[in-house]
Amino acid sequence: MAKGLGRKALPWLFLAPMLALIALSWIAPLFLTVYLGFTDLSIKNFLAFIRNFFTEKVHITIDNFRRVFMGGDPYISEVFKVTLLYVGSVLLINAGYSLLLSISIAYLVRNEILSMILRVSWLIPRITPGIIYALVWNWFIDPKYGLLNPMLSAIGVPKAWLPSSWLLDKPYSQILMIVVNGYIGASFGMIVYTAAIKSIPPDLINAALVDGASDFQVARNVIIPLLRWPMLFVTAWQTLSLLASYDVILMIWGSGGGGGYAGIARAAGVMVWSLYSYSKAFSEYMYGYASAISLVLVVIGIVLIVVYFKLFGFRRLMEPSRVEV
Amino acid sequence: MVKVTLDNVSKFFGKVRAVTDLNLEVGDGEFVALLGPSGCGKTTTLLMIAGIYRPSRGRILFDNEDVTGLPPKDRNVGMVFQSYALYPHMTVYDNIAFPLKLKKVPKQEIDRKVRKVAKLLRIDNLLARRPGQLSGGQQQRVALGRALAKEPDVLLLDEPLSNLDAKLRILMRAELKRLQKELRVTTVYVTHDQVEAMSMADRIAVMNAGKLQQYADPQGLYNKPANLFVAGFIGSPPMNFVEGSIREDLSGGYYFDAGAFKFKLPKELGELISSKSIDVVMGFRPEHVKLSLNREEYSIEGQVYVVEPLGRDIVVNVKVGDMLFKVVTKPGVELRPGQRIWLVLDVDKIHFFDKFNERAIV
Ligand SMILES: Nc1ncnc2c1ncn2[C@@H]1O[C@H](COP(=O)(O)OP(=O)(O)OP(=O)(O)O)[C@@H](O)[C@H]1O
Ligand SMILES: [Mg+2]
Repeated sequence: MAKGLGRKALPWLFLAPMLALIALSWIAPLFLTVYLGFTDLSIKNFLAFIRNFFTEKVHITIDNFRRVFMGGDPYISEVFKVTLLYVGSVLLINAGYSLLLSISIAYLVRNEILSMILRVSWLIPRITPGIIYALVWNWFIDPKYGLLNPMLSAIGVPKAWLPSSWLLDKPYSQILMIVVNGYIGASFGMIVYTAAIKSIPPDLINAALVDGASDFQVARNVIIPLLRWPMLFVTAWQTLSLLASYDVILMIWGSGGGGGYAGIARAAGVMVWSLYSYSKAFSEYMYGYASAISLVLVVIGIVLIVVYFKLFGFRRLMEPSRVEV
Repeated sequence: MVKVTLDNVSKFFGKVRAVTDLNLEVGDGEFVALLGPSGCGKTTTLLMIAGIYRPSRGRILFDNEDVTGLPPKDRNVGMVFQSYALYPHMTVYDNIAFPLKLKKVPKQEIDRKVRKVAKLLRIDNLLARRPGQLSGGQQQRVALGRALAKEPDVLLLDEPLSNLDAKLRILMRAELKRLQKELRVTTVYVTHDQVEAMSMADRIAVMNAGKLQQYADPQGLYNKPANLFVAGFIGSPPMNFVEGSIREDLSGGYYFDAGAFKFKLPKELGELISSKSIDVVMGFRPEHVKLSLNREEYSIEGQVYVVEPLGRDIVVNVKVGDMLFKVVTKPGVELRPGQRIWLVLDVDKIHFFDKFNERAIV
């Protein structure tokens, strides 16, 4: 009896530290965000709020949501558009381009060494510390000292087409945003896809070759159809993580708003939804409004997760590299 | 239809020598079986003929055209894989139509051909299903259909019956053979089942450890095995072997001395063997031995050890010294373990092999 109880308690004992962390860093902030989203907490009443959580100086209101949805904040529609551009384009790279990449690496390129070099070169941004990655890009695109413009000129891009500042000139800044995030994110899809391609029985590919398929036809008629689930999985996963991620943009463009960078992300047209929330909170100190903006994202995320679960079923979602054979 | 020639073909995977110096000719319309134990290089050989693997050395000819460097799609080969390798995301219809679509055959033509092949293989009621919804035997026929629909010059079959149950296997054996004769397509059939090879093929290439051991028709393999490996591999239960040496007695006659027993040999046979080798392995098939309760000419004395009834026949294990010989005979005489008995050999059907190079002497 005691033994049986021990058996049941033991896993919880092992899980406890992680559950505590999850509670502290995920659950508690979620409740706090929901609460703050309905308040007018800002720099003005922040000190009072810190001293006494239930101070009457913090008012409960739905003004924040009015601003988001009823045009109270004229800039929010621009943020929405930038976010769509960001998620859509980076997704194209992370879920679409990485598929072509994986097929090349795992199937078309028969040379092991070349395949390895390609694989590593796409993994580099993932294993580089984020801040270094951002710094390297900052140097790379520098109009005076950076290598990017000379390199583009060298391959024949006319001088007139090159921006004076990759950071600030639209649409170059937006292209930069997409490339920088795409490069770092493509490796996730690449890892999932290459594992899935490697798990396709070689006989299946040999059969297609004997049936008269060219390498391209093998990829189109056999490999890609068999990667349906990995593709959906990567797309779903990346959509969620892109919606919430702004770290690289923050590191390269700063948070904008009223802070030290004085709206550079905004001017550059790279102000995505999650960064906007961040900048409202930490550059403009509008905690209540920032929380409301985040909440919108949380709701979208939950809706997407529900949709995905309906679409894949829980089981399939938990088996990322599954190939249907 | 074409004649397929393998000219000194080898395939190495790093240090692994999968196939070494293979010479093989498959005649136009011929049904050849590649027979050998697991890992002897059968699949590798097929994949080289199909063009999936490029030989490390040697040439492959279709008729007189060198196809060694041609990719699979330019060889017009049909292949049934060991695993069937049906496309799981396509219906049976699309599986069979796939090679035709790649050949850009017109739609109605594809439809006609798919239905014809499906009818021939009796899978016309399964066309809308996916491979996952088929039994092993049905999958095997779909795989065959896919290989046949493109009307290949060469048909390659890699142990197509190995996943089927015994009954279906025997049924499909006959059906495959009939089909092959009907279509007259040059066929290479891989198997490790000697009964399958013997019952289906015009000629059999026996392989071991990547090397061709013998290439002959079924009767030839059975009656005149070229070496110890083939002798032991063909026939069930396998041939009995005894090591020993050939000696001459005082009167100028010859006998085979196995230590545990001596076996008198006819003079010409003794002369013939001893002119080639003294240390030999004698082999005789279980079905070429007669059991006798009395000593006879050309017999070996032993004791009944175990009797295994097989229905139509019985296999008697006879102990001679510390060796066990198998004898296939008809049931009838009551045999008790421990009973004294004589193995009477048919002198014309005894084989002798050189002990050192293992080649057949007679
Ligand atoms: N792609 C490969 N890489 C390395 N070694 C291989 C490869 N394919 C086959 N081999 C090796 O070559 C040898 C012959 O393999 P093969 O598949 O041709 O045998 P097989 O006669 O078809 O056996 P089975 O009856 O088990 O199918 C084996 O030792 C195998 O391990
Ligand atoms: Mg094999």
